[in-house]
Amino acid sequence: MNKIFEKGGKLAFLHSTVDAFETFLRVPDTVTRKGAHLRDAIDLKRIMIIAVISAVPAALFGMWNVGYQHGLAIGDGRLQILANFWYGFLKVLPLYVVSYGVGLAIEFASSQIRNEEVNEGYLMSGFLIPLIVPVDVPLWMLALAVAFAVIFGKEVFGGTGMNIWNPALLARVFLFFSYPTRMSGSEGWISLKAGEQLVDGFTGATPLALEGSAQYGTGFWDLFIGLVPGSVGETSVIAILLGAFILLWTGIASWKVMLSSVLGALFVGLLGDLAGISAVPCWEQLLMGGFAFGTVFMATDPVTSAQTEPGKWIYGFLIGALCIVVRLFNPGYAEGMMLAILLMNTAAPLIDHCVVSAHVSRRNHKILAA
Amino acid sequence: MSKNIVLKKGLDIPVSGAAELRLSKTVQSDIVAVRPTDFRGFTPRLLVAEGDRVLCGSPVMADKQQSDILLCAPVSGCVKQIVRGEKRKLLAVLIEADERVEYQAGAPADLGAMDADAVKAALLRSGLWPFLIQRPYGIVADPAIKPRAIFVSAFNTAPLAASPEFTLGDRLADIQAGVDALAKLTEGGVHLSLNGDNYAGTPFHKLENAVLHCFKGRHPAGNVGVQISHICPIRKDSAVWTVPLLGLAAIGRYFRTGRLDLRRKVAVCGPAAIEPAYVEALPGTPMRALGAFFGGMTDEIRVVSGNLLSGSNEGTEGYLGFFDDQVTVLREGREKELFGWMRPLRYKLFSADRSYFSWLTPWRKYELDTNLHGGPRAFVMSDAYYGRVLPMDIYPLYLVKACLAGDIEKMERFGIYEVLPEDLALCEYVDPSKNDIQDIIQKGIDLMLKEMA
Repeated sequence: MNKIFEKGGKLAFLHSTVDAFETFLRVPDTVTRKGAHLRDAIDLKRIMIIAVISAVPAALFGMWNVGYQHGLAIGDGRLQILANFWYGFLKVLPLYVVSYGVGLAIEFASSQIRNEEVNEGYLMSGFLIPLIVPVDVPLWMLALAVAFAVIFGKEVFGGTGMNIWNPALLARVFLFFSYPTRMSGSEGWISLKAGEQLVDGFTGATPLALEGSAQYGTGFWDLFIGLVPGSVGETSVIAILLGAFILLWTGIASWKVMLSSVLGALFVGLLGDLAGISAVPCWEQLLMGGFAFGTVFMATDPVTSAQTEPGKWIYGFLIGALCIVVRLFNPGYAEGMMLAILLMNTAAPLIDHCVVSAHVSRRNHKILAA
Repeated sequence: MSKNIVLKKGLDIPVSGAAELRLSKTVQSDIVAVRPTDFRGFTPRLLVAEGDRVLCGSPVMADKQQSDILLCAPVSGCVKQIVRGEKRKLLAVLIEADERVEYQAGAPADLGAMDADAVKAALLRSGLWPFLIQRPYGIVADPAIKPRAIFVSAFNTAPLAASPEFTLGDRLADIQAGVDALAKLTEGGVHLSLNGDNYAGTPFHKLENAVLHCFKGRHPAGNVGVQISHICPIRKDSAVWTVPLLGLAAIGRYFRTGRLDLRRKVAVCGPAAIEPAYVEALPGTPMRALGAFFGGMTDEIRVVSGNLLSGSNEGTEGYLGFFDDQVTVLREGREKELFGWMRPLRYKLFSADRSYFSWLTPWRKYELDTNLHGGPRAFVMSDAYYGRVLPMDIYPLYLVKACLAGDIEKMERFGIYEVLPEDLALCEYVDPSKNDIQDIIQKGIDLMLKEMA
């Protein structure tokens, strides 16, 4: 690194930023000083890039779907792969520019203030945020939401690793409660250019908001492939499953959280079916809305999820269960995944506390008995 | 033989450069160091001055608090220099060795006729007492107490570790005498842990007067701390002692011959070692005397006394540690690797994480170096990521965080009494956030010692 970026140099306030870019390109030449003389080749950059790669299929499909939904809305339902993708790409790209621009700027600045190296955590959050917002969200709103999420969701706690809530979901919840009209109903989910007219009888509401009605595109395959309106990345279960495969193969995300979340959702969904309050079969709940996306990419965040293995089962199960409870019993919110995860993020330390306390007392008994 | 204990968690790091099972030479160094820094909880008081003549076995320093705990000269010769560091901290006493070792007068002891106090007195007098390590905290054993039991690990799973069958297999009689002596110091017995995969192949299963245990598993299954936690977990109020196998052999030989003999076979190994093999050497032998194994390029290599995970970085000017029978030589990884973490394969590196592909080629050995492969970060991965390499009934990350916070109560709850830094060395190795976990644990133990004193 050039001397002017070092402490005391003219541009020392850029130290963290320059260091971040330098270590991004080249693994630093630092050697171990204390303790183990060898270290594993793994680092957080690698873990984060794998996580980002796992979300790429959902992002690519989401871009295409933005174009496809736009076509449907103006009465052009052809499956034009490239044209639809290009349309969606141009729509989603600004979201990414804003998400990474605002988020990383804050991240770099706060790393500099704390005099630390820049943590890679935002690479993943910044990639997820555009995937969980409506494509037509005004960019200034997104910028505000990102700033809120990064500052109050992460930096005030001390940066990545210290946060209580998933930063990407915090951005969404900020939009959801600050600008509710933008985040629900039948507008917002479909991107339209100025002056374009909706065709008669078209509704852009997500399948969840229309639960059970005979709207087009709510068949199993439409839901599974993702040919429905929704947040950019959440619609395609196939693309999300691809991501889940990468995460589970590399062991970066916990299969326990994913599996127990599915079990929790199925359990409550089944109760709903049996009691006759649910309009769709319980397995269809898994395909709708943000459930799959949340389960795979959000609930499994290692920082905000439960830390202990038994805790992960409880945490995941309750996320799935709560999500469906909100869907079934709360007419105000069509979707419960976001709130379920944030609520369980809040409860995760409590779950861990109980698990660890139980473990400690069991261990103490064992030690005394020995 | 007691039951076979199988440990599923753990990791064997496939690093190249294992020492060939042959004794290449006996290292006769003209300088031998006696270092108080090898021992935790030992505050030295000098008993010699520069120019004094010492015999092999005569005391060089004593502990300030427990003046009967002695460190003795492993050779005869003349005290050449007393090395002090900052604040005049005593670092080493350098002894210029005679060509022929002159032993302090001593006679074989009749172990059968000795009681616990006599054994204790003999051990203290011999300078072999510091081989006894007391847990919790891993300090030099307190002669005033009676330990609950004494534990010995008869195998070593650390990367490239010396094979105890090769280094000590021919000293079964010494080890047996050591077991017999130590068995008098405790009512809980001497517990000896064997490698369950090589039970028949090791001579140590023939030892009598000891409780034998079998452990199967990857590193750290050979760590005595891990074994204790499975045999009988350590309690705060009743300490246990551990002794390394080579210490047991030295103790036995002392009782059999009346002489202090610390010579041992040392594995000189590691990816940067030239023709790795065994040598015979004394603790305190300067690394310079092993120069043939690492050639001339002294800046580019690191010489570690002990294993790669928890040995001490001695450099080419350092000395062999008191407890060590292994010297590991590896290259300093001071290259910047372009796009390192982005490359899909990184064929030359090993990772226990499946986001690399080295788990597909379990037979390969790697020429690893000291590069950190990343920068320090806050803990991000959850406890299980670390727990998979720690076969103990504790939550490692919770313990580490309690140590970081200096919260004594939580450290107690999460098991600080059961661990020493070396037990969590693999957690440090796999940590993607590159924290110095062993250092954190050591600081936690230091804090406990201070607060509990």
